[in-house]
Amino acid sequence: MEKFTTLTSRAIPLPIENIDTDQIIPARFLKAISKAGFGENLFRDWRYKDGKENADFVLNNTTYQGKILVAGDNFGCGSSREHAAWALTDYGFKVIVSSYFADIFKGNALNNGLLPVQVSPEVLKEMLSVIKANPQTNVIVNLEEQYIAVEGTGIKESFEIDAYKKMCLMNGYDDIDFLVSNKDKIEAFEASRTI
Amino acid sequence: MGKTLFDKVWDSHVVHQVENGPQILYIDKHLIHEVTSPQAFNELEERNIPLFRKEQIVATADHNVPTKDQHLPIQDLLSKKQVEMLTENCDKHGVTLYGLGHPYQGIVHVMAPELGITQPGMTMVCGDSHTSTHGAFGTIAFGIGTSQVAQVFASQCLLLSKPKSMRITVNGKLKKGVLPKDVILYIIAQLGTNSGTGYFVEYAGDVFENMTMEGRMTVCNMSIEMGARGGMIAPDETTFNYVKGREFAPKGEDFNKKVSYWKTLPTDADATFDKEYTFDAADIAPMVTYGTNPGMGIKITERIPSKDDVSFEKSLEYMGLQKGEKLLGKQINYVFIGSCTNSRIEDFRIAAEYIKGKQKAANVNALIVPGSQQVAQQIKEEGIQAVFEDAGFEMRQSGCSACLGMNEDKIPAGEYCVSTSNRNFEGRQGQGARTILASPLVAAATAIAGKIVDVTEEIKELELV
Repeated sequence: MEKFTTLTSRAIPLPIENIDTDQIIPARFLKAISKAGFGENLFRDWRYKDGKENADFVLNNTTYQGKILVAGDNFGCGSSREHAAWALTDYGFKVIVSSYFADIFKGNALNNGLLPVQVSPEVLKEMLSVIKANPQTNVIVNLEEQYIAVEGTGIKESFEIDAYKKMCLMNGYDDIDFLVSNKDKIEAFEASRTI
Repeated sequence: MGKTLFDKVWDSHVVHQVENGPQILYIDKHLIHEVTSPQAFNELEERNIPLFRKEQIVATADHNVPTKDQHLPIQDLLSKKQVEMLTENCDKHGVTLYGLGHPYQGIVHVMAPELGITQPGMTMVCGDSHTSTHGAFGTIAFGIGTSQVAQVFASQCLLLSKPKSMRITVNGKLKKGVLPKDVILYIIAQLGTNSGTGYFVEYAGDVFENMTMEGRMTVCNMSIEMGARGGMIAPDETTFNYVKGREFAPKGEDFNKKVSYWKTLPTDADATFDKEYTFDAADIAPMVTYGTNPGMGIKITERIPSKDDVSFEKSLEYMGLQKGEKLLGKQINYVFIGSCTNSRIEDFRIAAEYIKGKQKAANVNALIVPGSQQVAQQIKEEGIQAVFEDAGFEMRQSGCSACLGMNEDKIPAGEYCVSTSNRNFEGRQGQGARTILASPLVAAATAIAGKIVDVTEEIKELELV
C-alpha cells in the first residue's frame, strides 16, 4: 500500500448526500477479476448520459481539479464492494471529505490508502462554498497532525483516525502482514475454545 | 453489569487486544461468492500466503449468474469468466463450492442458513453487505470488503474496533397484512438511512419473538440499510427448531450441548445499550419506498412528504414523483419477488396464497426468483410454482437477479418496479430503473392489480397473514 503523510491539492465538490456505492461504481462493472481500471467507470451513470459526457456533472467540468473529493453527508453507503474504493483511487483521488462515512466503505478506503476525512457539517458547508467560489483553492490534509485546512481561509479542523490505521497509512503497512504475524496467538485461541 | 447478546458473542471471539488499537476477532465461518473474492485469491497468491482454515469457508455463485438455462454455458463472457474463476480458485485452494447446478447453490444468505451452516453464537463474514441476515440466529454476521476477505483467508481473523450497541424494541401485535419487511422498512423510515452507522443492532420485543426465522432474516438483512454493520435477534426455541436436523447442524448429544450454550446468549436483564429505540407494532402498516434510499419510505396509504432539500429533490426527480403525491393507484409494469431479503419459502407461500386463483394484470411483467435450488425445489413440491405459472408469473432459477441487475435481469429505464429486494438506489435494478421496495404481499397484490393497492383492504378474507 502507498504511504500517506500530507497532501496539498485542489478539491472537487460533490454536495450530494447519501452517495451509495452503486453510484460510485454500478454493479454491471463488477465483473472484472483484477483491481485495475475501475476509474474509467467511476460515477458512470452520473458522468455519462445517453452515451455522452454529462456536462452538468462535476467530474466533466474542468474548472474543478484535484485529488480531494468533497462530498455530502453519509458517503459510501450501501454495498460492501471494495470496487468503489478501487474506482476512486484509480481515478486519482487520495482523500474523500464528508461529514459522515458509511462503515464498510471507510474500512475499504483505509485498506487502499484512500483517506476518509470526516469533518463537521459546518466545515463541510464552508469548504464547499469556498471551493465553488474559487476552484483554484488548495486544501491541505495533514495525517500526522490530523488536521484539514483550506489555504487562504481560516478554515481548519482536526479529524479523528484510529491510531493503528494512522500508523498503517503513514508506513504503507496493511492488515494481512500484521494478522499473519499473530498466527501463534490465533492458533492458541483455537486450541483454547471449549464450545 | 450484565452483557448484551452482542457482547457475549463478540467477547468470546477476541483473540487479542492490540495496544491502543483494534482487536483481533476470530471468524468462525467465511462465505464467499464470485464477485468479491477473485482479487482476494490473487492477493494471497501474490504474497505466497496459503489459506489458513479452508474448511471454514463455503463458496457459492449467486450475484453474477443467469436465472435462465443454468445448465447451459453462461452467455455473457465476462460473467462466465468470473464464475469459472471462482470454480478454479476453490479447486486450487480446496474450498467447498456449491456452484451453478449444485443442489445447494443459491444466494449466499439463503443457502447458508437452510443448510445449517449458520448457527447461534458464531461470527460470520462475507464480502457482501447483506451478511447481516445471519444475525437472525443470534450470530455476529457482517459484510466485509475484498481486502478483508483476503485477511480472513490468511488468518481466519479480522482487525476491528468493537462497534457501539443499539437496541430496537417493537412490542405489540402486528396488523393483518403487515410482514417482517414492513417492520424493517418502517424502522428505517423512522430512524433514517445512516442512523445505525457505527452500531450493531439488537432487535427485541414480542414482534421479533413471534416471528419465524424467515421473517427474522428479512429484518436483520436490512440492518445495513440504516448503516448498521449488523443486526441480531436472541436465539430461542424458534431458532433451535429451525437449525435442528439441517445438513451441517450439530447432531445428537452435540446439538443438545450447543443448545445449552445458545441458551446463555440472550442479553442479560441489567445490560445497557449505547442507544435504544422503542416502537409500537400497532403503528406499523404495509410500507412502500418513494425515493432512492431505503430510508425514504411511507405507509402505503400516505403521501410523499415535502422537504426543501437538494438531495431529496434530486431523488424525487429520478423517481419521477412529486412531493405530496400518493403512490396508491400508481400504475406499475414490473414486479420482482426475490433477493436475499425475500426469496425464502415463506415469502413465496404468502405471495402464492394471495395470488391463488387470480391472474396478473396484462401490463405487468412479474418475475419470481427463488433464493436457492432448495427453495426452488420446495416451491415445486408444494404446488406453489403452478400457482405462479397459472397466474402468468415468470419462474426463474436461483440467484441475486434483478436485485442488483448484474446479470440480464434488469428493469428498463424509466419503469417502476415494485420489488421485494433491499435497495432502491439510482440504477440499482438497471440504468434509469425506478425501484419501489415492498413486502412480498404488496408485490403480489401489485402484480395482480397492475397498480399499487392497499393490501390490508385486499386480504381481509385471507387466513394466512
